[in-house]
Amino acid sequence: MNIIGKTRLWFFISGTLIVISLATLVGNGVMRGKPMNFGIDFTGGTLLNLRFAQNITVAQVREILHAHNLGGAVIQRSGERDILIRSEPIEGEVRQKIVSELAEKLGGVELLEADTIGPLIGAELRLQALWALIIAMAGILIYISFRFEFIYAVAGVLALFHDAIISTGFMALLWRNVDITFIAGILTILGYSINDTVVIFDRIRENMKKPGKKKFAEVVNQSLLETMARSINTVLTVIVMVLAMLFFGGENLRDLCLVLLIGFIAGTYSSIFIASPIVVWWETRK
Amino acid sequence: MRKNINQLRILIILAVLGASIFILMKFPLNLGLDLQGGTRLVFEGQDTEKVKVNDDSMAGVVAVIRNRIDALGVAEPVIQRKGRTQAIVELPGVKDPDRAIKLIGDTALLEFVEAEWTSASEAVLTPEKVKEFYGQDAYLAKVPEVRDGQVVSERPIILKKTTLTGADLKMAYPQIDEYGNPCVGFELNPDGAKAFAELTSRHIEKPIAILLDKKIISAPNVKTPITEGKGIITGSFSPEEVKDMVIKLKAGALPVPVKMVETRIVGPTLGKDSIDKGILAGLVGFAFIIIFMILYYRLPGFLADLALVIYVLLTLSVLSLLRATLTLPGIAGFLLSIGMAVDANVIIFERLKEELRSGKTIKIAVESAFERAFAAILDSNVTTIIAAATLFFVGTGTIRGFAITLSIGILASMFTAIVLTRMLMDLMVDGKVLTSPESKLLYK
Repeated sequence: MNIIGKTRLWFFISGTLIVISLATLVGNGVMRGKPMNFGIDFTGGTLLNLRFAQNITVAQVREILHAHNLGGAVIQRSGERDILIRSEPIEGEVRQKIVSELAEKLGGVELLEADTIGPLIGAELRLQALWALIIAMAGILIYISFRFEFIYAVAGVLALFHDAIISTGFMALLWRNVDITFIAGILTILGYSINDTVVIFDRIRENMKKPGKKKFAEVVNQSLLETMARSINTVLTVIVMVLAMLFFGGENLRDLCLVLLIGFIAGTYSSIFIASPIVVWWETRK
Repeated sequence: MRKNINQLRILIILAVLGASIFILMKFPLNLGLDLQGGTRLVFEGQDTEKVKVNDDSMAGVVAVIRNRIDALGVAEPVIQRKGRTQAIVELPGVKDPDRAIKLIGDTALLEFVEAEWTSASEAVLTPEKVKEFYGQDAYLAKVPEVRDGQVVSERPIILKKTTLTGADLKMAYPQIDEYGNPCVGFELNPDGAKAFAELTSRHIEKPIAILLDKKIISAPNVKTPITEGKGIITGSFSPEEVKDMVIKLKAGALPVPVKMVETRIVGPTLGKDSIDKGILAGLVGFAFIIIFMILYYRLPGFLADLALVIYVLLTLSVLSLLRATLTLPGIAGFLLSIGMAVDANVIIFERLKEELRSGKTIKIAVESAFERAFAAILDSNVTTIIAAATLFFVGTGTIRGFAITLSIGILASMFTAIVLTRMLMDLMVDGKVLTSPESKLLYK
């Protein structure tokens, strides 16, 4: 199989996905006022996770919130009898009032979780998240430059941008809630993807040392094929775990698992079809 | 000789296994607030006209809050500064988080204010007029009359001058007043007692307003001079309110007021839910991985599975030795690391397949497979650790938990794959279980 020979096809596929991702972010920004469905970690606000004693409807909850001037709250069902409410920041006393009113009118409620985050903390966190990404990328760039060559590092990091953009675009497209665990998810994807890429680079490095005159593109292609079984088997075991968490891990892990799922697939793809072809393209461009 | 080496290998593997189990039984894992339930607060000091937020005032805030929490009797609270103007409080397993929040966040500035009743209406008593008649610091306020928790009426009062504050208290304690209602008893320090005696001697039949955080609790009229420096603060308190007020008065007022910028309350049910679901997800994923490895890699796959079981126990025991706190994202990170831990074995076994194809004997093939796979495993894992370490240093709270479990997982997976799987494979080769490259126990 000639992977390197079809470089244009791989770049076209990735390019399309990246364009869709960026278009989704811009489109959301225009149509919905923000590129992603940022959670209270980033925007500030209150999250209430409630378990009712009886089956109730979202409309019933909305009615009561309306009376407290919280008509703008997002109310979701998150389990059989669980309701998730996201709103602007609610003061502790108001929250207590709302919860006791819900309990009174809808027949008992248990407070599973109540988070309130001020808007300033959200801004701080956004900055932190950005720094985390920049520092991680820089660290990876330096390490790979040191162990391989600078162009390998650049190709590896470009592949990471590819993964980060596609994972982000996917979450934006699904309009899933994005909070601090999303950042953790993206960083995990980056860690996984670069791991995958380095295993392939390592094989290229090794094959380059072997005697015999082969074209660089051929060596890379051979290395990709030799590591293919490993790339696939590893992503399979990881994805099995992610799927198990997605189906059995509960609502709180769902958004994290979704971004991991798409990110691991994008990461495996970019390690094989993007990072190494970039190196070949650079080395043979003359 | 060969037999001895094999015995040593078995011994080492059993030792790692035994030590891990022992550690886990002896030191169970710390559960984070999101798993055991509890309250996490982040608050920020607010500048006042008199006191600015700085290192000193925030250190004072933390000290006072520590005293209040100690009085509340929470097991293993965490209180720490965050940045220049913020502090974090974590209270595991608090039953009534809202009460704790109030107890911690109230400034609790107690004031005894020389006051005077007035019958004039608000329309007449403009702030300018009040200042003109009663002095520059005077202002108009209202004393609420509370019955059964409802404010039934309000009586206007002129607040003139603060004579004493909470800083003048020597002691505070719960008490019962003459009608059997809960109230707060207090005792003043010598200077306070002197000032109080002076005030009550010349202020007979006039009110002294008692304010907590600028809100009037009550305004009793002085009947006789109080010279022994003792008194009670009445109001319509529940026994619990009295208890909390005593805690606050004893611990003292916060040097600067604080504002909650983050509160996270997790009920006990959610935490238990999360753990149960995490365990279920982990078992399902783990089972699939184990089966996959055996089906695909046969005997080596089975050995990798053994190493994986040790990996799980080893990682958990290292986490418990480091006193790391297991959070929900931490569980997710750990489960992911199980999926990734297989990777090193996969790299080695794929390598072994190639080495065998090139016609080497089984012993030499195993040796060179492990040797050649090492660089790939090392470089790939270091880059992942760079990402995880960044998360640790930049992230906070639960995210740190995720970063720690992921990092330790990566290190442990390198150890189990490179050392333990290697031992198990050598054991099979030296023990004559794997003898030829054509063995049915190997994959093709």
